[in-house]
Amino acid sequence: MPVTVKIPTQLRAAAGGASEASVEGETVAKVLDGLYAQFGELRERISDGDGSLRRFINVYVGGEDIRFLDGLETTVADGGEITILPAVAGG
Amino acid sequence: MKADKLRCKECGTDYPLEALFVCDRCFGPLEVHYSQDGELDVPGLRRRIQGGPQNVWRYADFLPLVGGPPGPSNRLASRAGLPAGCTPLIRADRLAEQLGLREVWVKNDAANPTHSFKDRVVAVAAARAKELGYEVLACASTGNLANAVAAQAAALGLRSYVFIPSNLEEQKIIATGVYGTNLVSVRGNYDDVNRLCTELSADRDWAFVNVNMRPYYAEGSKTLAYEIAEQLGWGIPDRIVAPIASGSLYTKIARGFQEWIDVGLVEGSLPVMNGAQASGCAPVANAFAAGHDFCQPVKPDTIAKSLAIGNPADGPYALDLAKRTGGRIDSVTDAEIRDAIGLLAQTTGVFTETAGGVTTAVLRKLAERGDIDPDERVVLVITGDGLKTLDAVRGTYATHEIDPSVESFEASAAHLAGEAVSA
Repeated sequence: MPVTVKIPTQLRAAAGGASEASVEGETVAKVLDGLYAQFGELRERISDGDGSLRRFINVYVGGEDIRFLDGLETTVADGGEITILPAVAGG
Repeated sequence: MKADKLRCKECGTDYPLEALFVCDRCFGPLEVHYSQDGELDVPGLRRRIQGGPQNVWRYADFLPLVGGPPGPSNRLASRAGLPAGCTPLIRADRLAEQLGLREVWVKNDAANPTHSFKDRVVAVAAARAKELGYEVLACASTGNLANAVAAQAAALGLRSYVFIPSNLEEQKIIATGVYGTNLVSVRGNYDDVNRLCTELSADRDWAFVNVNMRPYYAEGSKTLAYEIAEQLGWGIPDRIVAPIASGSLYTKIARGFQEWIDVGLVEGSLPVMNGAQASGCAPVANAFAAGHDFCQPVKPDTIAKSLAIGNPADGPYALDLAKRTGGRIDSVTDAEIRDAIGLLAQTTGVFTETAGGVTTAVLRKLAERGDIDPDERVVLVITGDGLKTLDAVRGTYATHEIDPSVESFEASAAHLAGEAVSA
Protein backbone atom coordinates (compact mmCIF):
# COMPACT_ATOMS: atom_id res chain seq x y z
CA MET A 1 0.00 0.00 0.00
CA PRO A 2 1.39 3.41 -0.86
CA VAL A 3 2.24 6.29 1.45
CA THR A 4 0.40 9.62 1.35
CA VAL A 5 2.62 12.70 1.06
CA LYS A 6 0.98 15.98 2.07
CA ILE A 7 2.35 18.82 -0.02
CA PRO A 8 2.49 22.39 1.38
CA THR A 9 0.84 25.24 -0.53
CA GLN A 10 4.25 26.65 -1.49
CA LEU A 11 5.06 23.50 -3.49
CA ARG A 12 1.69 22.72 -5.02
CA ALA A 13 2.34 24.61 -8.26
CA ALA A 14 5.37 22.38 -8.81
CA ALA A 15 3.19 19.31 -8.15
CA GLY A 16 0.52 20.06 -10.74
CA GLY A 17 -1.61 21.77 -8.09
CA ALA A 18 -1.93 18.60 -5.96
CA SER A 19 -2.21 18.95 -2.18
CA GLU A 20 -1.15 15.34 -1.67
CA ALA A 21 0.46 12.53 -3.61
CA SER A 22 0.43 8.77 -3.31
CA VAL A 23 3.94 7.30 -3.41
CA GLU A 24 5.53 3.86 -2.82
CA GLY A 25 8.51 3.53 -0.46
CA GLU A 26 9.62 2.11 2.89
CA THR A 27 11.69 5.07 4.11
CA VAL A 28 11.32 8.84 3.91
CA ALA A 29 14.23 9.00 1.47
CA LYS A 30 12.63 6.43 -0.83
CA VAL A 31 9.23 8.08 -0.65
CA LEU A 32 10.77 11.43 -1.52
CA ASP A 33 12.60 9.83 -4.47
CA GLY A 34 9.25 8.46 -5.61
CA LEU A 35 7.72 11.91 -5.23
CA TYR A 36 10.52 13.46 -7.33
CA ALA A 37 9.89 10.78 -9.98
CA GLN A 38 6.28 12.01 -10.24
CA PHE A 39 7.12 15.73 -10.03
CA GLY A 40 10.70 16.37 -11.11
CA GLU A 41 10.64 20.03 -10.14
CA LEU A 42 10.17 19.15 -6.46
CA ARG A 43 13.65 17.65 -6.09
CA GLU A 44 15.58 20.90 -6.06
CA ARG A 45 12.84 22.65 -4.10
CA ILE A 46 12.94 20.16 -1.23
CA SER A 47 16.48 18.83 -1.16
CA ASP A 48 19.92 20.42 -1.11
CA GLY A 49 22.60 19.54 -3.61
CA ASP A 50 23.88 16.72 -1.38
CA GLY A 51 20.47 15.08 -1.00
CA SER A 52 19.73 16.34 2.51
CA LEU A 53 16.66 18.45 3.23
CA ARG A 54 16.80 22.19 2.72
CA ARG A 55 17.38 24.09 5.94
CA PHE A 56 13.90 25.61 6.20
CA ILE A 57 11.89 22.47 5.43
CA ASN A 58 10.50 20.16 8.11
CA VAL A 59 9.30 16.63 7.36
CA TYR A 60 6.98 14.70 9.66
CA VAL A 61 6.04 11.03 9.74
CA GLY A 62 2.80 10.38 11.56
CA GLY A 63 3.02 13.89 13.05
CA GLU A 64 6.57 13.46 14.43
CA ASP A 65 9.52 15.51 13.14
CA ILE A 66 11.89 13.04 11.43
CA ARG A 67 14.83 14.65 13.26
CA PHE A 68 13.47 12.90 16.39
CA LEU A 69 13.27 9.63 14.44
CA ASP A 70 15.86 8.33 11.99
CA GLY A 71 15.95 11.33 9.66
CA LEU A 72 15.64 10.45 6.00
CA GLU A 73 16.07 6.78 6.91
CA THR A 74 12.90 6.83 9.07
CA THR A 75 10.66 3.95 8.03
CA VAL A 76 7.14 4.67 6.88
CA ALA A 77 4.38 2.13 7.40
CA ASP A 78 2.10 1.06 4.56
CA GLY A 79 -0.70 3.58 4.35
CA GLY A 80 1.32 6.02 6.47
CA GLU A 81 1.48 9.74 6.03
CA ILE A 82 4.41 12.08 5.41
CA THR A 83 3.87 15.82 5.84
CA ILE A 84 6.20 18.40 4.35
CA LEU A 85 5.96 21.86 5.91
CA PRO A 86 7.87 25.15 5.96
CA ALA A 87 9.95 25.50 9.14
CA VAL A 88 9.69 29.23 9.73
CA ALA A 89 6.30 29.44 11.43
CA GLY A 90 5.53 30.18 15.05
CA GLY A 91 7.07 31.88 18.03
CA MET B 1 9.97 55.00 5.22
CA LYS B 2 7.24 52.96 3.65
CA ALA B 3 6.74 49.19 3.54
CA ASP B 4 6.84 48.27 -0.14
CA LYS B 5 7.33 44.49 -0.38
CA LEU B 6 8.19 41.25 1.37
CA ARG B 7 11.68 39.91 0.70
CA CYS B 8 13.13 36.46 1.34
CA LYS B 9 15.90 36.65 3.95
CA GLU B 10 17.72 33.77 2.27
CA CYS B 11 17.55 34.27 -1.50
CA GLY B 12 16.24 37.85 -1.82
CA THR B 13 13.15 37.02 -3.91
CA ASP B 14 10.49 39.73 -3.61
CA TYR B 15 6.78 39.20 -2.89
CA PRO B 16 3.80 41.55 -2.54
CA LEU B 17 2.68 42.72 0.94
CA GLU B 18 0.15 39.91 1.38
CA ALA B 19 -0.43 37.11 3.91
CA LEU B 20 2.72 35.23 2.89
CA PHE B 21 5.46 34.04 5.23
CA VAL B 22 7.75 31.72 3.35
CA CYS B 23 9.62 31.91 0.06
CA ASP B 24 8.14 29.70 -2.66
CA ARG B 25 11.61 29.12 -4.09
CA CYS B 26 13.81 28.28 -1.07
CA PHE B 27 11.41 28.14 1.92
CA GLY B 28 13.34 30.95 3.61
CA PRO B 29 11.41 33.38 5.84
CA LEU B 30 9.96 36.54 4.32
CA GLU B 31 10.66 39.90 5.93
CA VAL B 32 9.10 43.31 5.36
CA HIS B 33 11.16 45.61 3.16
CA TYR B 34 10.90 49.40 3.39
CA SER B 35 11.86 52.13 0.97
CA GLN B 36 12.46 55.83 1.36
CA ASP B 37 11.47 58.37 -1.30
CA GLY B 38 13.99 61.21 -1.35
CA GLU B 39 15.95 62.56 1.61
CA LEU B 40 14.74 61.56 5.10
CA ASP B 41 13.99 64.54 7.37
CA VAL B 42 15.48 63.13 10.60
CA PRO B 43 14.56 66.02 12.96
CA GLY B 44 11.03 65.97 11.51
CA LEU B 45 10.81 62.21 12.01
CA ARG B 46 11.98 62.55 15.61
CA ARG B 47 9.32 65.21 16.28
CA ARG B 48 6.66 63.04 14.65
CA ILE B 49 7.60 60.13 16.92
CA GLN B 50 7.63 62.33 20.04
CA GLY B 51 4.25 63.80 19.12
CA GLY B 52 2.73 60.41 18.36
CA PRO B 53 0.33 58.35 20.48
CA GLN B 54 1.51 56.60 23.64
CA ASN B 55 1.65 53.20 21.97
CA VAL B 56 3.45 51.32 19.19
CA TRP B 57 1.86 53.48 16.49
CA ARG B 58 4.17 56.39 17.38
CA TYR B 59 6.67 54.32 15.34
CA ALA B 60 4.32 53.93 12.36
CA ASP B 61 7.10 55.07 10.01
CA PHE B 62 8.85 51.77 10.72
CA LEU B 63 5.82 49.47 10.77
CA PRO B 64 4.27 47.60 7.85
CA LEU B 65 0.86 49.22 7.43
CA VAL B 66 0.14 50.47 3.95
CA GLY B 67 -2.62 52.84 5.03
CA GLY B 68 -0.73 54.48 7.93
CA PRO B 69 -1.54 54.03 11.61
CA PRO B 70 -4.97 52.55 12.31
CA GLY B 71 -7.92 54.69 13.33
CA PRO B 72 -9.94 57.49 11.81
CA SER B 73 -6.99 59.87 12.03
CA ASN B 74 -3.47 59.95 13.39
CA ARG B 75 -4.67 61.85 16.44
CA LEU B 76 -7.09 59.07 17.32
CA ALA B 77 -4.72 56.23 16.50
CA SER B 78 -4.58 55.08 20.12
CA ARG B 79 -8.29 54.23 19.94
CA ALA B 80 -7.84 51.60 17.28
CA GLY B 81 -7.86 48.15 18.78
CA LEU B 82 -6.02 47.44 22.00
CA PRO B 83 -3.07 49.82 22.28
CA ALA B 84 0.26 48.17 23.13
CA GLY B 85 3.69 49.43 24.03
CA CYS B 86 5.14 52.49 25.78
CA THR B 87 6.01 50.33 28.77
CA PRO B 88 8.31 51.59 31.55
CA LEU B 89 12.10 51.44 31.38
CA ILE B 90 13.11 51.26 35.03
CA ARG B 91 16.56 52.01 36.37
CA ALA B 92 17.39 49.01 38.55
CA ASP B 93 20.19 50.23 40.82
CA ARG B 94 19.57 47.71 43.59
CA LEU B 95 19.69 44.82 41.11
CA ALA B 96 22.85 46.28 39.57
CA GLU B 97 24.48 46.58 42.97
CA GLN B 98 23.66 42.96 43.83
CA LEU B 99 25.27 41.83 40.60
CA GLY B 100 28.31 44.13 40.83
CA LEU B 101 27.25 46.17 37.82
CA ARG B 102 26.96 49.93 37.42
CA GLU B 103 23.92 50.53 35.27
CA VAL B 104 21.08 48.08 34.70
CA TRP B 105 17.67 48.96 33.29
CA VAL B 106 14.58 46.78 33.28
CA LYS B 107 12.30 47.11 30.26
CA ASN B 108 9.07 45.97 31.88
CA ASP B 109 6.90 44.67 29.06
CA ALA B 110 4.60 43.01 31.57
CA ALA B 111 3.00 46.47 31.58
CA ASN B 112 1.22 45.76 28.30
CA PRO B 113 -2.60 45.32 28.15
CA THR B 114 -2.49 41.51 28.44
CA HIS B 115 0.72 41.62 30.46
CA SER B 116 3.32 40.49 27.93
CA PHE B 117 5.26 41.82 24.92
CA LYS B 118 2.96 39.81 22.65
CA ASP B 119 0.51 42.73 22.57
CA ARG B 120 3.04 44.57 20.41
CA VAL B 121 3.32 41.92 17.73
CA VAL B 122 -0.40 41.22 17.73
CA ALA B 123 -1.26 44.93 17.40
CA VAL B 124 0.79 45.06 14.19
CA ALA B 125 -0.33 41.70 12.78
CA ALA B 126 -4.00 42.41 13.52
CA ALA B 127 -3.88 45.88 11.98
CA ARG B 128 -2.31 44.48 8.81
CA ALA B 129 -4.82 41.59 8.80
CA LYS B 130 -7.63 44.16 8.85
CA GLU B 131 -6.02 46.03 5.96
CA LEU B 132 -5.93 42.76 4.01
CA GLY B 133 -9.63 42.17 4.75
CA TYR B 134 -9.36 39.23 7.19
CA GLU B 135 -12.22 38.65 9.61
CA VAL B 136 -10.65 35.91 11.74
CA LEU B 137 -7.46 36.09 13.80
CA ALA B 138 -5.71 32.89 14.90
CA CYS B 139 -2.46 31.77 16.48
CA ALA B 140 -0.36 28.90 17.84
CA SER B 141 0.62 29.96 21.33
CA THR B 142 2.67 29.06 24.39
CA GLY B 143 0.23 31.22 26.37
CA ASN B 144 1.14 34.88 26.19
CA LEU B 145 0.23 35.11 22.53
CA ALA B 146 -3.08 33.41 23.28
CA ASN B 147 -3.96 36.20 25.74
CA ALA B 148 -2.94 38.88 23.27
CA VAL B 149 -4.75 37.49 20.21
CA ALA B 150 -7.99 36.80 22.12
CA ALA B 151 -7.96 40.31 23.61
CA GLN B 152 -7.00 42.13 20.42
CA ALA B 153 -9.67 40.27 18.43
CA ALA B 154 -12.25 41.26 21.05
CA ALA B 155 -11.16 44.90 20.89
CA LEU B 156 -11.29 44.96 17.09
CA GLY B 157 -14.53 42.97 16.83
CA LEU B 158 -12.91 40.09 14.94
CA ARG B 159 -13.52 36.38 15.52
CA SER B 160 -10.54 34.40 16.79
CA TYR B 161 -9.18 30.89 17.17
CA VAL B 162 -6.43 30.30 19.70
CA PHE B 163 -4.50 27.01 19.70
CA ILE B 164 -2.52 26.11 22.85
CA PRO B 165 -0.74 23.04 24.23
CA SER B 166 -3.07 21.32 26.70
CA ASN B 167 -0.51 21.45 29.58
CA LEU B 168 -0.39 25.26 29.76
CA GLU B 169 -0.51 27.19 33.05
CA GLU B 170 -4.11 27.65 34.24
CA GLN B 171 -3.65 31.43 34.59
CA LYS B 172 -2.85 31.75 30.89
CA ILE B 173 -5.80 29.60 29.87
CA ILE B 174 -8.29 31.57 31.99
CA ALA B 175 -6.87 34.89 30.82
CA THR B 176 -7.50 33.78 27.24
CA GLY B 177 -10.93 32.24 27.55
CA VAL B 178 -12.35 35.31 29.24
CA TYR B 179 -12.14 37.29 25.98
CA GLY B 180 -14.62 35.03 24.23
CA THR B 181 -12.25 33.40 21.77
CA ASN B 182 -12.53 29.89 20.31
CA LEU B 183 -9.99 28.25 22.60
CA VAL B 184 -8.53 25.00 21.25
CA SER B 185 -6.42 22.93 23.64
CA VAL B 186 -4.19 20.55 21.68
CA ARG B 187 -2.92 17.28 23.18
CA GLY B 188 0.76 17.85 22.41
CA ASN B 189 3.57 20.35 22.96
CA TYR B 190 3.95 23.77 21.34
CA ASP B 191 5.79 22.36 18.34
CA ASP B 192 2.83 20.04 17.69
CA VAL B 193 0.46 23.01 17.94
CA ASN B 194 2.64 25.00 15.58
CA ARG B 195 2.73 22.20 13.02
CA LEU B 196 -1.04 21.87 13.19
CA CYS B 197 -1.53 25.61 12.68
CA THR B 198 0.89 25.64 9.75
CA GLU B 199 -1.25 22.90 8.15
CA LEU B 200 -4.53 24.65 8.99
CA SER B 201 -3.34 27.99 7.64
CA ALA B 202 -2.90 26.52 4.16
CA ASP B 203 -6.59 25.90 3.64
CA ARG B 204 -8.34 28.49 5.82
CA ASP B 205 -8.94 32.11 5.12
CA TRP B 206 -7.72 33.15 8.56
CA ALA B 207 -4.96 35.48 9.64
CA PHE B 208 -2.71 33.25 11.76
CA VAL B 209 -0.65 36.00 13.33
CA ASN B 210 2.50 33.89 13.72
CA VAL B 211 2.12 31.76 10.60
CA ASN B 212 0.86 33.45 7.42
CA MET B 213 1.04 36.93 9.05
CA ARG B 214 4.43 36.29 10.64
CA PRO B 215 6.42 38.89 8.65
CA TYR B 216 4.11 41.68 9.94
CA TYR B 217 3.80 40.18 13.42
CA ALA B 218 7.58 40.00 13.85
CA GLU B 219 7.95 43.69 12.95
CA GLY B 220 6.05 44.57 16.13
CA SER B 221 9.00 43.42 18.27
CA LYS B 222 11.16 46.21 16.80
CA THR B 223 9.12 48.67 18.86
CA LEU B 224 10.84 47.35 22.00
CA ALA B 225 14.15 48.61 20.63
CA TYR B 226 12.67 51.95 19.52
CA GLU B 227 11.21 52.54 22.99
CA ILE B 228 14.44 51.62 24.76
CA ALA B 229 16.37 54.00 22.51
CA GLU B 230 13.86 56.81 22.99
CA GLN B 231 13.68 56.24 26.77
CA LEU B 232 17.48 56.37 27.01
CA GLY B 233 17.41 59.84 25.42
CA TRP B 234 17.86 58.62 21.82
CA GLY B 235 20.73 56.35 22.77
CA ILE B 236 21.68 52.70 22.41
CA PRO B 237 22.52 50.53 25.42
CA ASP B 238 25.81 48.64 25.50
CA ARG B 239 24.11 45.30 26.06
CA ILE B 240 20.68 43.71 25.80
CA VAL B 241 19.71 40.54 27.63
CA ALA B 242 16.55 39.09 26.07
CA PRO B 243 14.80 35.73 26.08
CA ILE B 244 14.81 33.38 23.08
CA ALA B 245 11.91 31.11 22.19
CA SER B 246 11.60 31.17 18.38
CA GLY B 247 14.34 33.84 18.21
CA SER B 248 12.01 36.36 16.58
CA LEU B 249 11.94 38.90 19.43
CA TYR B 250 15.69 38.64 19.98
CA THR B 251 16.57 39.23 16.34
CA LYS B 252 13.95 41.95 15.80
CA ILE B 253 15.18 43.99 18.78
CA ALA B 254 18.52 44.16 17.00
CA ARG B 255 16.85 45.01 13.70
CA GLY B 256 15.02 47.88 15.40
CA PHE B 257 18.27 49.39 16.69
CA GLN B 258 19.95 48.84 13.31
CA GLU B 259 17.18 50.66 11.44
CA TRP B 260 17.48 53.68 13.71
CA ILE B 261 21.27 53.68 13.34
CA ASP B 262 20.88 53.46 9.56
CA VAL B 263 18.46 56.39 9.28
CA GLY B 264 20.45 58.50 11.76
CA LEU B 265 17.93 58.70 14.62
CA VAL B 266 20.59 57.32 16.97
CA GLU B 267 24.36 57.04 16.83
CA GLY B 268 26.57 54.12 17.66
CA SER B 269 26.57 50.42 16.96
CA LEU B 270 24.39 47.45 17.86
CA PRO B 271 24.37 46.45 21.52
CA VAL B 272 26.03 43.20 22.53
CA MET B 273 23.07 40.82 22.21
CA ASN B 274 22.75 38.18 24.93
CA GLY B 275 20.09 35.52 24.47
CA ALA B 276 18.50 33.58 27.31
CA GLN B 277 16.98 30.09 27.27
CA ALA B 278 15.89 27.55 29.86
CA SER B 279 18.12 24.45 30.09
CA GLY B 280 15.00 22.31 29.65
CA CYS B 281 14.46 23.82 26.21
CA ALA B 282 17.73 25.23 24.90
CA PRO B 283 18.08 24.34 21.21
CA VAL B 284 19.65 27.72 20.41
CA ALA B 285 21.95 27.83 23.46
CA ASN B 286 23.04 24.24 22.72
CA ALA B 287 23.85 25.14 19.12
CA PHE B 288 25.76 28.23 20.26
CA ALA B 289 27.81 26.18 22.71
CA ALA B 290 28.57 23.60 20.01
CA GLY B 291 29.54 26.27 17.47
CA HIS B 292 26.79 25.25 15.04
CA ASP B 293 24.96 27.64 12.73
CA PHE B 294 21.69 25.65 12.89
CA CYS B 295 19.61 24.17 15.72
CA GLN B 296 18.85 20.57 16.51
CA PRO B 297 15.24 20.47 17.78
CA VAL B 298 14.54 19.33 21.36
CA LYS B 299 11.54 18.11 23.37
CA PRO B 300 10.87 20.89 25.91
CA ASP B 301 10.78 20.14 29.64
CA THR B 302 10.94 23.37 31.65
CA ILE B 303 8.84 25.61 33.89
CA ALA B 304 9.48 28.41 31.38
CA LYS B 305 6.60 27.34 29.16
CA SER B 306 6.39 30.62 27.29
CA LEU B 307 9.90 29.84 25.96
CA ALA B 308 9.22 26.15 25.36
CA ILE B 309 9.74 26.03 21.60
CA GLY B 310 11.86 23.02 20.73
CA ASN B 311 12.05 23.85 17.05
CA PRO B 312 12.87 27.58 16.84
CA ALA B 313 12.06 29.20 13.49
CA ASP B 314 14.65 31.98 13.79
CA GLY B 315 17.33 29.85 15.46
CA PRO B 316 19.95 30.30 12.72
CA TYR B 317 19.46 34.09 12.72
CA ALA B 318 19.70 34.25 16.52
CA LEU B 319 22.99 32.34 16.42
CA ASP B 320 24.34 34.67 13.76
CA LEU B 321 23.28 37.77 15.73
CA ALA B 322 24.91 36.59 18.96
CA LYS B 323 28.19 35.95 17.16
CA ARG B 324 28.03 39.17 15.15
CA THR B 325 27.57 41.39 18.22
CA GLY B 326 30.03 39.63 20.52
CA GLY B 327 27.17 38.24 22.57
CA ARG B 328 26.30 34.76 23.73
CA ILE B 329 23.29 32.53 24.17
CA ASP B 330 23.14 30.94 27.61
CA SER B 331 20.75 28.63 29.40
CA VAL B 332 19.72 28.37 33.05
CA THR B 333 18.09 25.66 35.14
CA ASP B 334 14.55 25.74 36.55
CA ALA B 335 16.02 26.32 40.04
CA GLU B 336 18.02 29.30 38.75
CA ILE B 337 14.87 30.62 37.07
CA ARG B 338 12.90 30.50 40.34
CA ASP B 339 15.72 32.19 42.25
CA ALA B 340 15.98 34.92 39.65
CA ILE B 341 12.24 35.66 39.76
CA GLY B 342 12.78 36.35 43.48
CA LEU B 343 15.93 38.39 42.84
CA LEU B 344 14.16 40.67 40.35
CA ALA B 345 11.08 41.04 42.55
CA GLN B 346 13.09 41.80 45.69
CA THR B 347 15.46 44.32 44.09
CA THR B 348 13.16 46.10 41.62
CA GLY B 349 9.54 45.47 42.64
CA VAL B 350 8.91 43.84 39.26
CA PHE B 351 7.25 40.41 39.44
CA THR B 352 7.95 38.51 36.26
CA GLU B 353 6.79 35.21 34.84
CA THR B 354 9.22 32.36 34.28
CA ALA B 355 10.54 33.81 30.99
CA GLY B 356 11.71 36.90 32.88
CA GLY B 357 13.27 34.58 35.43
CA VAL B 358 15.24 33.02 32.58
CA THR B 359 16.42 36.42 31.40
CA THR B 360 17.33 37.65 34.88
CA ALA B 361 19.14 34.40 35.68
CA VAL B 362 21.21 34.74 32.52
CA LEU B 363 22.09 38.34 33.45
CA ARG B 364 23.23 37.06 36.85
CA LYS B 365 25.27 34.32 35.20
CA LEU B 366 26.96 36.79 32.83
CA ALA B 367 27.74 39.15 35.74
CA GLU B 368 29.12 36.37 37.92
CA ARG B 369 31.25 35.07 35.08
CA GLY B 370 32.71 38.53 34.52
CA ASP B 371 31.37 38.81 30.98
CA ILE B 372 29.98 42.29 31.62
CA ASP B 373 32.26 45.30 31.99
CA PRO B 374 31.12 47.13 35.16
CA ASP B 375 30.82 50.37 33.20
CA GLU B 376 28.31 48.98 30.71
CA ARG B 377 24.73 50.16 30.40
CA VAL B 378 22.69 46.95 30.33
CA VAL B 379 18.99 46.55 29.49
CA LEU B 380 17.18 43.47 30.78
CA VAL B 381 14.07 42.68 28.72
CA ILE B 382 11.23 41.40 30.92
CA THR B 383 8.55 40.04 28.60
CA GLY B 384 5.72 38.90 30.88
CA ASP B 385 3.95 39.18 34.24
CA GLY B 386 4.50 36.92 37.25
CA LEU B 387 0.76 36.54 37.75
CA LYS B 388 0.77 34.30 34.66
CA THR B 389 2.97 31.61 36.25
CA LEU B 390 2.12 31.57 39.94
CA ASP B 391 3.17 27.95 40.47
CA ALA B 392 6.80 28.91 39.85
CA VAL B 393 6.97 30.87 43.12
CA ARG B 394 4.41 29.03 45.21
CA GLY B 395 5.91 28.17 48.60
CA THR B 396 8.99 30.38 48.22
CA TYR B 397 8.01 32.72 51.08
CA ALA B 398 6.56 32.50 54.59
CA THR B 399 3.15 33.75 55.75
CA HIS B 400 2.64 34.49 59.45
CA GLU B 401 -0.93 33.90 60.58
CA ILE B 402 -1.86 35.54 63.89
CA ASP B 403 -4.84 36.54 66.02
CA PRO B 404 -5.87 40.19 65.74
CA SER B 405 -4.01 41.22 68.90
CA VAL B 406 -0.74 42.99 69.67
CA GLU B 407 0.33 40.06 71.84
CA SER B 408 -0.20 37.60 69.05
CA PHE B 409 1.83 39.74 66.64
CA GLU B 410 4.66 40.23 69.12
CA ALA B 411 4.78 36.49 69.77
CA SER B 412 4.99 35.70 66.06
CA ALA B 413 7.91 35.18 63.76
CA ALA B 414 6.73 38.19 61.74
CA HIS B 415 7.58 40.43 64.69
CA LEU B 416 11.04 38.93 64.99
CA ALA B 417 11.62 39.30 61.24
CA GLY B 418 10.72 42.98 61.52
CA GLU B 419 13.19 43.45 64.39
CA ALA B 420 15.92 41.86 62.33
CA VAL B 421 15.35 44.27 59.46
CA SER B 422 15.24 47.42 61.61
CA ALA B 423 18.27 46.40 63.72
